[in-house]
Amino acid sequence: MALDSKMNRVFKVVGTRPPRPDGVEKVTGRAMYGADATAPGMLVGRILRSPHAHAIIKSIDVSAAEALKGVKAVVTAADFGVPDDLSIRDVQDNCMAQGKALYHGHAVAAVAANTAAIASQALKLIKVRYEVLPHVTDVDEAMRPGAPIVQEGRALENVAAGFSENVTSQCEFGHGDLEVGFAKADKVIERSFTTAATHQGYIEPHACLASMSPDGKGDLWCCTQGQFQVRTLCAEIMGMDASQLRVTASEIGGGFGGKTTVFIEPVALALSRKSGRPVKIVMTRDEVFKATGPTVSSSMDVKIGMTNDGRITAAQAQLRYQGGAFPCGTVEMGAQSAFACYNLDAVHTVGWNVLTNRPKEAAYRAPGAPMAIYAVESVVDELCQELGLDPLDVRLKNASTKGTKSSYGPTFDDIGLRATLEAAKAHPHCSAPLGPNQGRGLSCGFWFNFGGNTCVSLNINTDGTVGITEGNPDIGGSRAAISQMAAEELGVPYDKVRTIIADTNSLGYNDVTDGSRVTFSVGLATIEAARNAIKVMCGRVAKIWGIDEDAVIWEDGCAKPSGANAGDFTPMSIEEIAAISSNTGGPIAGHFEVNADGAGVSFGVHLADVEVDPETGATKILRYTVFQDAGKAVHPDYVEGQMQGGAVQGIGWALNEEYIYGKDGLLQNAGFLDYRVPVASDLPNIETVILEIPNPGHPYGVRGVGETPIVPPLATLSNAVARAIGIRLFELPMSPPKLLKAIRQKG
Amino acid sequence: MVKVTIWGSLRSATDGQVEVEVDARNFKELLDRLATEYPGLKPQIERGVSLALDGKIYREAWFTEIGPKSEVVLMPYMTGG
Amino acid sequence: MRNLHISTSVNGDQTEFVCAPDETLLDVLRNRLGLTGAKEGCGTGDCGACSVTLNGRLVCSCLVLGVEAEGAEIGTVEGLAMGDHLHPLQRNFIDHAALQCGICTPGILVAAKALLEKNPNPTDEEIRYWLAGNLCRCTGYDKIIKAVQIAAAEMRGA
Repeated sequence: MALDSKMNRVFKVVGTRPPRPDGVEKVTGRAMYGADATAPGMLVGRILRSPHAHAIIKSIDVSAAEALKGVKAVVTAADFGVPDDLSIRDVQDNCMAQGKALYHGHAVAAVAANTAAIASQALKLIKVRYEVLPHVTDVDEAMRPGAPIVQEGRALENVAAGFSENVTSQCEFGHGDLEVGFAKADKVIERSFTTAATHQGYIEPHACLASMSPDGKGDLWCCTQGQFQVRTLCAEIMGMDASQLRVTASEIGGGFGGKTTVFIEPVALALSRKSGRPVKIVMTRDEVFKATGPTVSSSMDVKIGMTNDGRITAAQAQLRYQGGAFPCGTVEMGAQSAFACYNLDAVHTVGWNVLTNRPKEAAYRAPGAPMAIYAVESVVDELCQELGLDPLDVRLKNASTKGTKSSYGPTFDDIGLRATLEAAKAHPHCSAPLGPNQGRGLSCGFWFNFGGNTCVSLNINTDGTVGITEGNPDIGGSRAAISQMAAEELGVPYDKVRTIIADTNSLGYNDVTDGSRVTFSVGLATIEAARNAIKVMCGRVAKIWGIDEDAVIWEDGCAKPSGANAGDFTPMSIEEIAAISSNTGGPIAGHFEVNADGAGVSFGVHLADVEVDPETGATKILRYTVFQDAGKAVHPDYVEGQMQGGAVQGIGWALNEEYIYGKDGLLQNAGFLDYRVPVASDLPNIETVILEIPNPGHPYGVRGVGETPIVPPLATLSNAVARAIGIRLFELPMSPPKLLKAIRQKG
Repeated sequence: MVKVTIWGSLRSATDGQVEVEVDARNFKELLDRLATEYPGLKPQIERGVSLALDGKIYREAWFTEIGPKSEVVLMPYMTGG
Repeated sequence: MRNLHISTSVNGDQTEFVCAPDETLLDVLRNRLGLTGAKEGCGTGDCGACSVTLNGRLVCSCLVLGVEAEGAEIGTVEGLAMGDHLHPLQRNFIDHAALQCGICTPGILVAAKALLEKNPNPTDEEIRYWLAGNLCRCTGYDKIIKAVQIAAAEMRGA
């Protein structure tokens, strides 16, 4: 599935901006999201959650709740089995506490009742006896010997001695000789950073409707980034065959990685099985913050050496991430991505994952990378300030390029970092004047992007229009891009193609919508499925014309003779071929199944101008520009949308968003009032510049774009603030109280 | 024979070697041979690894062919968001 | 407490429903009247996804009681289009990619319409401050502001 050899292909549909197929239903309120479905006889499910950060569950007495009129089922961990797979067991134990409440908000029981009011009342009647244990929520504290142990026996074989049992894994990457490298540097800066946990902040809370029938079959409707992943997890947890559980993905009101797992779905299924009725569970916003999957919080040390003329000679980082009460692998991705933007002779990163009494981490756009790259880009910027060097020139001098041995091992092929840096350097933003208390910052960013398991079925309808069935929930406009690629390949107008997202019964396995993989993998599979359908159609026409199959070519939506030698035949359009398909062999379709590889990494650079108010510590963003390599922008509006949306999430992360835990281990700000995401009045327009350095691994050169844009804003803003007020903070968020304190301390 | 680069934290299982040589023609053979010749690698391999072949990352593909001149880098199994 | 019988008008249609005294207008719209366009994003009036108009005034329906709809005019996203004619705001949101997941879109459309009825020629800043109560997590707001401007110009006949 390599890049098409016809490199200078002139695209007709790809690269244009047609309307998305789900647009009308979304602007009219007709689109069906997770909480919008109902079923006859439906019960309302509610979950009882631990008020303690860490406690043994001594007993749960549900008798009074079960006896309440209108309650049809109550479940606890006792209603679930023990999955063989340890990671699925962790998911289950997170959905319903097994023996211990591991964080404030951890589910301990659930009820299903005729009405929400009765369900809420029933929760109050459940008697849980807790033995409260000491808790730990800070990553560094949790690592120290003597810290309260969140789970025993979870440390892997690769963890060095000397840490508490909360340290579950250790990883290390890099190459070269650091000692030699640092010796060559004219200036070495070493800094420590901390970042708080943040939440994806999707506006739609998790919601699902589960319907189990007495014959063991189940139907599950839920908002998810991956209905097949949901099926795998729930079938395993419920002890069902995959074929018996049909999961349908609703339209999704935001995911960003946070809806790639399950929280309420197994509970709803268990309640449905027990009650014999459909059960709907919708999380409150409070529950979303307390008991879904925020990011890790981090504590990091970065040391970089640079020569007077701006060459980085050595770079080192130590990353300590906490991902909540269950082990997670995010620090590995942080450790690999930290220095990915740089061509280095000597580089070394070490990472540790630590358990704490906090909710189980889930992915959030480029998981692990934003905090690591924030730390690295801050130190690089500080070195530039100390040495009096231009930050863009220093990036250009050290940028990874084709042939660079990356900090995580493989050698890069064609990549777009230099192009984005050069575009930034040439942009008017770079030279716009700045006033008092104003500063400009920049940062690079990177993400791996993934391929993965993908199935597409492409059917030629009898009127010549095209139906595409794919398995990946659309979180950014991918249905439009998929239709565009099919229209391009088939040579038909965009509006003759309709793409839908199938339930788990209708296609083979599809990996979740994550890793910026959909436009890349589903696109690639769609192109191949279209080529298969074309092959079938050419075969039919060859028979009609009585010539060899390879004498028939496809062009502009028609089958044509390949040349004068093939014969003098009038081209047959897709409509004509489709109309007689029953005569020529039956319905015409193409399909493609693949575990796609060859996803192209995506680099980006952000520039921001800020003004810091010295009296309030508030940071105003004056101007923001995003430069990113998209490989090939199939639908430029949606590529821009990813760049803008990701940038704004990163802005929130840098300036305001954080999980605040009290000394009691309880989450203090579980709502949008005190977990402050960016609002329209906080921001200027976000300008976007798309670069296109084709990915050699995709027929049209597509690279994933969704995740990279959340990476640069953290350091972009930190660097801008540092230059605006001459004070550099080493923690995020740089909320007004923190900036004000720093300003006052300075003087 | 294929040269495989091992990432930092796994090198304790290969006596500190950054690069090891194994006889393998595809990803599955590579993993099987590594696990046999360096038993300390087995737990990580069982948990899951990715393979970067000439710069391209393969997450699971057993039958990916590896040539003797290929750059092969063992990497952790990756997830996104 | 006994349920109450309420008479109201929703998007110009006479409507009756029964609800509990402590039930929100949002829950009435979604669960009693089948109008699921308004969304619950937070239940505490912080996100604006439940925005509707009550006698022409923009409100968070999660902060209004169902019983307050008695004798009032409620406007929801379902009332924006005229038959199969989309409102200029709706059409421009689609044309200018002002939505990605779309969950905030009904609330933003209702809010934007309320703004343009008061102020047909707003500045970008005025739009941003008016929409500050409508959270969007996907778009970064850029294309939303632009779409509102383009729709406003179209509605002014400019």
